[in-house]
Amino acid sequence: MWDWNYVFDILPELLSALKMTVWVTLCAFVVALIIGLLLAFAARSQWKPVSLMTKGIIEFIRNTPLLVQVFFLYYSLPLLTGISIPAFYAGVIGLGLHYSTYLSEVYRSGIEGVPKGQWEAATALNYTKAQTWRSIILPQAVPPIIPVLGNYLIVMFKETPILCAITLVEMMLTAKNIVSQSFRAFEPYTLVGILFLIISYIASLLVQRLEKRMNLQRGK
Amino acid sequence: MVAFFSAVLAIAMSFAAGLSRLSKLWIVRTVTAVYVEIFRGTSLLVQLFWLYFALPFIGIELPKMLAAILAIGFNFGAYGSEIVRSAVLAVPKGQWEASVALNMKPWQRMWNVILPQASLRMLPPFGNQLVELIKSTSLVYFITMADLTYQAMVLRNNYISWTTEILVLLLLMYFVIATLVSMAVRLLERKWTAGRL
Amino acid sequence: MNAVVIDAFAGAEVPQPDPNPAAEVKPMVRYKGVTKSFGDLQVLKGIDLEMQPGEKVAVIGPSGSGKTTMGRMLMTLEEPTEGTIEVDGELLWHMQEKGRLVRANEKHLHRMRCSVGMVFQHFNLFPHMSVLRNVTEAPRKVLGLSKEEAEERAVSMLGKVGLDDKLKMYPANLSGGQKQRVAIARALVMRPKVMVFDEVTSALDPELVGEVLEVIREIAEEGDMAMMLITHEMDFAKEIADRVIFGADGLIVEQGTPEEIFDNPRSERLQNFLQRFRSN
Repeated sequence: MWDWNYVFDILPELLSALKMTVWVTLCAFVVALIIGLLLAFAARSQWKPVSLMTKGIIEFIRNTPLLVQVFFLYYSLPLLTGISIPAFYAGVIGLGLHYSTYLSEVYRSGIEGVPKGQWEAATALNYTKAQTWRSIILPQAVPPIIPVLGNYLIVMFKETPILCAITLVEMMLTAKNIVSQSFRAFEPYTLVGILFLIISYIASLLVQRLEKRMNLQRGK
Repeated sequence: MVAFFSAVLAIAMSFAAGLSRLSKLWIVRTVTAVYVEIFRGTSLLVQLFWLYFALPFIGIELPKMLAAILAIGFNFGAYGSEIVRSAVLAVPKGQWEASVALNMKPWQRMWNVILPQASLRMLPPFGNQLVELIKSTSLVYFITMADLTYQAMVLRNNYISWTTEILVLLLLMYFVIATLVSMAVRLLERKWTAGRL
Repeated sequence: MNAVVIDAFAGAEVPQPDPNPAAEVKPMVRYKGVTKSFGDLQVLKGIDLEMQPGEKVAVIGPSGSGKTTMGRMLMTLEEPTEGTIEVDGELLWHMQEKGRLVRANEKHLHRMRCSVGMVFQHFNLFPHMSVLRNVTEAPRKVLGLSKEEAEERAVSMLGKVGLDDKLKMYPANLSGGQKQRVAIARALVMRPKVMVFDEVTSALDPELVGEVLEVIREIAEEGDMAMMLITHEMDFAKEIADRVIFGADGLIVEQGTPEEIFDNPRSERLQNFLQRFRSN
């Protein structure tokens, strides 16, 4: 039932697809980190229309499925704008944008964790708004949320199979292709599952260690 | 349909697994820990594929509906168990001690004292998970189950030029459903916590 | 609320900074009819106060009397509901635009803040920076000093507060008294013309109060900077203040020299207040 020869036959192919999967995840994570921060700023804006609109956008993206959003990016945008996006970029943007809304919440909690006195001290020393953000607020808001950001990286990694729907050749689609050639489904899908399990388990151990180390540092 | 049944399964699994992880028997704890790690460590989509496409090769053939419910239910059950576990642990130790002092049996302690307090804490994260669950039902599209997304994509195949309208409408439908659900949970939360916290 | 402030001044004549030609020096700070409300609660009900350059003014009074709000307004952390504040002859919270008085913009506030400094009750040191960087950061970023200049200034200022041996340490490893001394150095290094000390010893353990007061006393003796000392340390106020202000219920009830205030209180409120303090 479990054919080891077959497993070793298909493993290289899956592993090279794994590289693609990791690459998509990392690119999308960078997109999410940047857009998430921008969303967090915009949601804090003192200008009411901006903050309300930002919150609306965040709610909308959070409350609709990634799969449908990716379909929209891949199938609809070319019709609307005339520019067709390759599957890779559509995947990176879709995944990144979706999780940027989650990360903006993470940033928000980090920013609100900085005591009010820090803002006041910055004012008393005559920092400009930009200087206050750059050298006082963000350096204190970001370190505590790094473990949470790490967890979202793992979550995003596990969401990449969805992107096979827009023909992005990551692990899932590779497995599907293998299945359609050989008509053996058990080994490919099980292997994909095991690969995901190994990587996300190791990654979550790393995040836990990071968290412990940072807690120690903060306790000093 | 899928959402409802898988949500019920997910909540049942959450409590079962969440409480078993606090069990005194190490074997129970280990088995549940393995369950939780496996379902949290792999993607929902991979689990769905595995249940629907891979299992038949070892002689277990599941109907689409059942595969979908099991995959989503077990997946979210694994996440939910963590919510249950941490909510139970967050109940102050004095509450345990008080119920021991009143000579309650273990299940009485859990049922009458601990869970009512813990469930207040569980409600908001469960609400979030419910929204995620509804979103995730779109994935059953991959096993060609006739859910919202699948229907929309079939529709799209027939009317390619209407792609944008169809997809926007689809997004809006999910948004409305998810928003209604999260509003309902918030309402429930307010009713439950009124006068208690 | 802000709109109200602007309306109140719409078309009003621009107040002359110095209506009293007889005065030899113009005041460093002048509060004119300043009120402050938080929602329905009016914490300041009309404050008029002048501080001369280099003058040390102690502000005493029961908690909740609005003392801290007064200081925070001078540091632009709190906006007056009504009234004006002048610093060095210039309006702090307002500016002229096309002959009308309007609410100050960020640029105006930024310029005005060059003259003012503040030390907080809870220190508000930057926990992610070493002691030295806490003191050099603002001179470099805000005043545009070079690294060397800023460090030279910072080290000499930290020497003055007796902490030049702790440059590489982080705030978390300092005692409360040491933290507050760093905070004082951090504010002084910006060379403000007037400095607000907002209950700087209230958050300290009793045995650490002395070292902080000692540092403030030395600064006061140097003389050229005006100081607003919001404090509960009566003996200290008596010793270093040129003038003492007693505030209660959002008004200045009594003011005078330390001798007048502490040895010859006229109002009943002040008498009661001092009595309660002595019996403690």
